[in-house]
Amino acid sequence: MRAACARGQGTILITGACGRLGKHLVRALHRERRVVAVDRRPFADKPKDVIHERVDLRRKKLRDVFRSEPIEAVVHLGVMHDPRASQAEHHAWNVAGFQKLLEYVTHFQVPKLVVLSSANVYGPQPGNAQFLDEEAPLLASARFSEIRDLIEVDMLAQGFFWKHPDTETVILRPVHILGVVHNAASNFLRLPTIPTLMGFDPMVQVVHELDVVRALEQTLSPGKRGIYNIAGPEPLPISHIIKLLGRPSIPVPYMFGKAALKRLWNLRLSTFPAPELDHIRYVCMVDDRRARDELGYTPKTSIEDTVRSVDLGRW
Amino acid sequence: MASRSLARLGGTLKTVAPFAQRFMNSVTSSVDDWMTAKLGEEFNERLSRVPVNLTSTGVDPFGLDPQWTKYTLATAALLHRHYFRSEVFGAENLPKDRILLVSNHSGQIPIDAVLIGASLFMDVEPPRFIRAMVEKWTQTLPFVSLFFSRVGQVVGVPENARRLLENEQALLVFPEGTRGVSKTFDKRYQLVDFGLGFMRLALETGTPIVPMAVIGGEEQYISIGTFDSLAKLLRMPVLPILPQLALPFGALPLPTRYRIYFGEPMRFAGDPDDDDAVIEEKVFVVKATIESMIHRGLKARKSIFF
Repeated sequence: MRAACARGQGTILITGACGRLGKHLVRALHRERRVVAVDRRPFADKPKDVIHERVDLRRKKLRDVFRSEPIEAVVHLGVMHDPRASQAEHHAWNVAGFQKLLEYVTHFQVPKLVVLSSANVYGPQPGNAQFLDEEAPLLASARFSEIRDLIEVDMLAQGFFWKHPDTETVILRPVHILGVVHNAASNFLRLPTIPTLMGFDPMVQVVHELDVVRALEQTLSPGKRGIYNIAGPEPLPISHIIKLLGRPSIPVPYMFGKAALKRLWNLRLSTFPAPELDHIRYVCMVDDRRARDELGYTPKTSIEDTVRSVDLGRW
Repeated sequence: MASRSLARLGGTLKTVAPFAQRFMNSVTSSVDDWMTAKLGEEFNERLSRVPVNLTSTGVDPFGLDPQWTKYTLATAALLHRHYFRSEVFGAENLPKDRILLVSNHSGQIPIDAVLIGASLFMDVEPPRFIRAMVEKWTQTLPFVSLFFSRVGQVVGVPENARRLLENEQALLVFPEGTRGVSKTFDKRYQLVDFGLGFMRLALETGTPIVPMAVIGGEEQYISIGTFDSLAKLLRMPVLPILPQLALPFGALPLPTRYRIYFGEPMRFAGDPDDDDAVIEEKVFVVKATIESMIHRGLKARKSIFF
């Protein structure tokens, strides 16, 4: 039996639905379509018509979720990136969990799979082209091996894309997502004084969380498949972002900054591992022409609003 | 705790910032006046005519900042007009849209690139900003990487070159690479092997190649050899031995007179993915043209310094 064609109306299963981005997506979708939210965390102020399944992706129970009703699309947002968690935990959750999910997508012939990866899989490198396209190699772990599992998830999804042509697989690689989300980029810009690296001011791209949600919605329409970079408004130097936020910044020499950050990290005073300094040292920007042409994606949030949105999510 | 002390430091910086800002403003306005006096109103008038595609944040997608570029170009133009007193030939040859400038490379430090940039802005109609490709390792250097990015110089990878040419920019390449810039004095004005990348790029993007000869660079620093092992240790591409550094003010290049020749644009057709041998033939045509331009230039030159 071939997988049913994605008509853009059936039930959507969203993993990692209780994250901030997940909640946005659930709210954007639940009025028009049936939404099953899969996350082991609690879902505070959940819309009434959304079904919340508190299951771990690796548990058998996930199978029952797939069996109980036909799923038309799976949106996989449930990728963990907690720099404090161990490698083994990352691997078990991100890679093993995703493999299980892929198994069910094959077995229950789900016609659509959307995976949220990240432009960080390309990695900031001194020899990067100014705008990387989707064919650029994923080199992020060359300088920062702790994020191997994120690259592995992207690769698994790519392998799935080729092996199962009946399922429309979409991989999104958005640049730094800003908003109320708690990720490294947003947390960095929420620091009261923002440290920068002396003599480095690379161009960066940022995208508002709601623009990412819009892009995710666009991938759900029938016929869309492939890998898409998602960039925000226009690229700008980090110093301009800091100026937009109106916050003081301190330039730190790289060698000193790296040593200090390593020490702070070991003392658990910082949430940023030292190799992440490369993001404020080298460019890692993407070319999103393909998403604009094929998905019809355009970021709606201006660069000012995108940058300032991090202050709405203070904790 | 760490963030709190950072915040305190940030607060101090914030109180100092307005004074620093006012000081900077007065400095830049007096520098502007001096610049206009030295280079004439023409400089500002040309600056306003250069086409740039700026985003809403005031830089172009490659990081070019018009303010940084203005002061850099002013410095380059001063060197061009008053220190090296360059003579420019064939400026009327240049097409107005995408071009690939292919030049000989010389001078130990790439002053030739600076002067070509200055002449493309001061002597060519319409004025243009030059885009050159820089080595990857420069991106690892603080301030250097920042500076290159703000004045529109990009990392030397084919994707960047393609994108710039598609935006109708003027791209400068030195197919000799670093081996060309660090020629010793006995090898002056002899071209070393050309890379093939620029020809593939020109074929792929349908860009005319403008052959260039720069005379005068080889005599600014007299190199008698290179320190290969020390260069490797310092992770530099090359380290020349320059006796003149021992003299007072020896670090300054000798004030030779530069002669910059723009040749007739050359158009090539063919498959950019052809075998090396086929591409090499085309490259050889460009190399021979540049070689003869250099010979004619050297013959016409009466004195190195005047």
